[in-house]
Amino acid sequence: MKNYYSKYTPFLFLIPAMLILLLFFFIPFVESFILSFKSYDHSLYNPTWVGLANYQALLGSKEFWQVLWNTVLFMVVAVPILVVLPIIIAVLLSQNLRGITIYRVISYIPVIISIVVAGIAFKWLYNYDGLLNYLISFIGIPKVEWLTNPDIAIYSVIILTIWKGLGYYAMIYLGALATAPKELYESCDIDGASVFRKHLAITIPHLMPTISLVAVISSISAMKVFVEIYVMTQGGPMNSTKTIVYYIYQRAFENLDIGLASACGIILLIITMGLSMANLKYFEQQNQIG
Amino acid sequence: MKSKNLLMHICLIILAIVSLLPFIWLVSTALKSSSENIFAYPPELIPRHFTLENFFGVWKQIPFVAYIYNSLIVAFFTIILNLIFSSLAAYPLARMEFKGKNFVFFAILSTIMVPFQVIMIPIYLMVLKLNLVDSVSDFNGFLGLILPFAVNAFGIFLMRQSYMGIPKEMDEAAIMDGCNAFELWYKVLLPMSKPALATLAIFTFVGCWGEFLWPSIVLSKQTMFTLPVGINHLQGVFSSNWRYISAGAVISTVPILIFFLSLQKYFIAGQNQGGLKN
Repeated sequence: MKNYYSKYTPFLFLIPAMLILLLFFFIPFVESFILSFKSYDHSLYNPTWVGLANYQALLGSKEFWQVLWNTVLFMVVAVPILVVLPIIIAVLLSQNLRGITIYRVISYIPVIISIVVAGIAFKWLYNYDGLLNYLISFIGIPKVEWLTNPDIAIYSVIILTIWKGLGYYAMIYLGALATAPKELYESCDIDGASVFRKHLAITIPHLMPTISLVAVISSISAMKVFVEIYVMTQGGPMNSTKTIVYYIYQRAFENLDIGLASACGIILLIITMGLSMANLKYFEQQNQIG
Repeated sequence: MKSKNLLMHICLIILAIVSLLPFIWLVSTALKSSSENIFAYPPELIPRHFTLENFFGVWKQIPFVAYIYNSLIVAFFTIILNLIFSSLAAYPLARMEFKGKNFVFFAILSTIMVPFQVIMIPIYLMVLKLNLVDSVSDFNGFLGLILPFAVNAFGIFLMRQSYMGIPKEMDEAAIMDGCNAFELWYKVLLPMSKPALATLAIFTFVGCWGEFLWPSIVLSKQTMFTLPVGINHLQGVFSSNWRYISAGAVISTVPILIFFLSLQKYFIAGQNQGGLKN
């Protein structure tokens, strides 16, 4: 094919997107490092260079370590459930049953509902004299202070995150199940294997790449959890639900401590780095890059 | 076989109840009249006196129309810009050879690795520097909400994938007919990428419609609130008036619910696949 474009043509097409990325990604990205070495304590317009002082302040602050612990706890509890439970849901949703489309649609509604509305709904559900405490009383569990007990509040937020994520990850698994080797299931049927064994022997190995993908993306989103907490607990009680992003938000936009917040952002970047690289690898495989 | 299907149906019904219960409880509370104690224990799921007064009450006090209008403006232009910028940028990456291609390619890819939350502070400073805030004008405020999300790597790669699936012979035929590079993009590649454009539009809409963190950082005027910011604001306005809060939350969910139900085949995987045999 003869050349129908000059050497400048590609850049004409790239300019709009690259300009946006430059202004709202690359420059801010570089600046996020610079900001983390500055202090805005004395003036918002004349920051002073303080070197590693923000990082030292962070690592020496008890609140930061609690925030980090809360975030890790959030991830460690939420991710395994978000990896495993949607597999079961996807297998259920993949059955040829009457009305299966309706079940699929309903199970996706939590994903589509705004996280703010979901937060409000759960706050109301978690009310001390509310519906949830009434429902658990049937299985003999006494009333729980879902959002006011510092030992419990973070799990209540995790429950919301799980509720909202199940449908999303189930759809990812459902997509992968569509390519499951049907002949294997049939030969299993002939051998008379149980449903459970069948899935253990065929479904799980088939889903393995998807399982690790879900583990990576659910871990990344757990590291970034924010809105649930903003809407339901504001980080309380007693900082028990304050996570990294909430802390950054509060430091930067409520206390105007931009330097410290930026340092915390860099730490978040470092922590998520490994996860993001894994994520990128899946993305590359999918897009046949190279 | 029958009993196994029954068991499956029971599991699926439980799943459906769990998925819907928090929302049903909101609807129930919103429908209860002021003569009813919404804090009654045991709670009552079915209102004794159905009423729509909470919906009218909250509608009168909260500028929902403005919130929905703001959210629609932001979503509409974010989608349009994403469609244009992504489909433009993807074209040379899919079809042309040029110096620095690899560099551009990996520069775009690298944006996936950095969470928005890490760079939201400098982005905010950038938006301030460019005067894209609602204290300057509503128009600037909208620009500040839209431009940082006007393009993203996923959109570019989605479009690139779509172009790469179009046979190169199509390009050759178009060039024989005298098309230049722009016409080739506009007349051949773009029309053949409608499914990818639709997917990109739908997922940009959903992401944009639910976005809370960024608007809550940049917005200062209540008249500029998008729906999620406005709904969160309800909690402060009505403190413990859960009838109004619930009614407001339900109202705000109607648009996205209609959107989802009418386009559900784009969201639900494997719509056309035969189910697994069991």
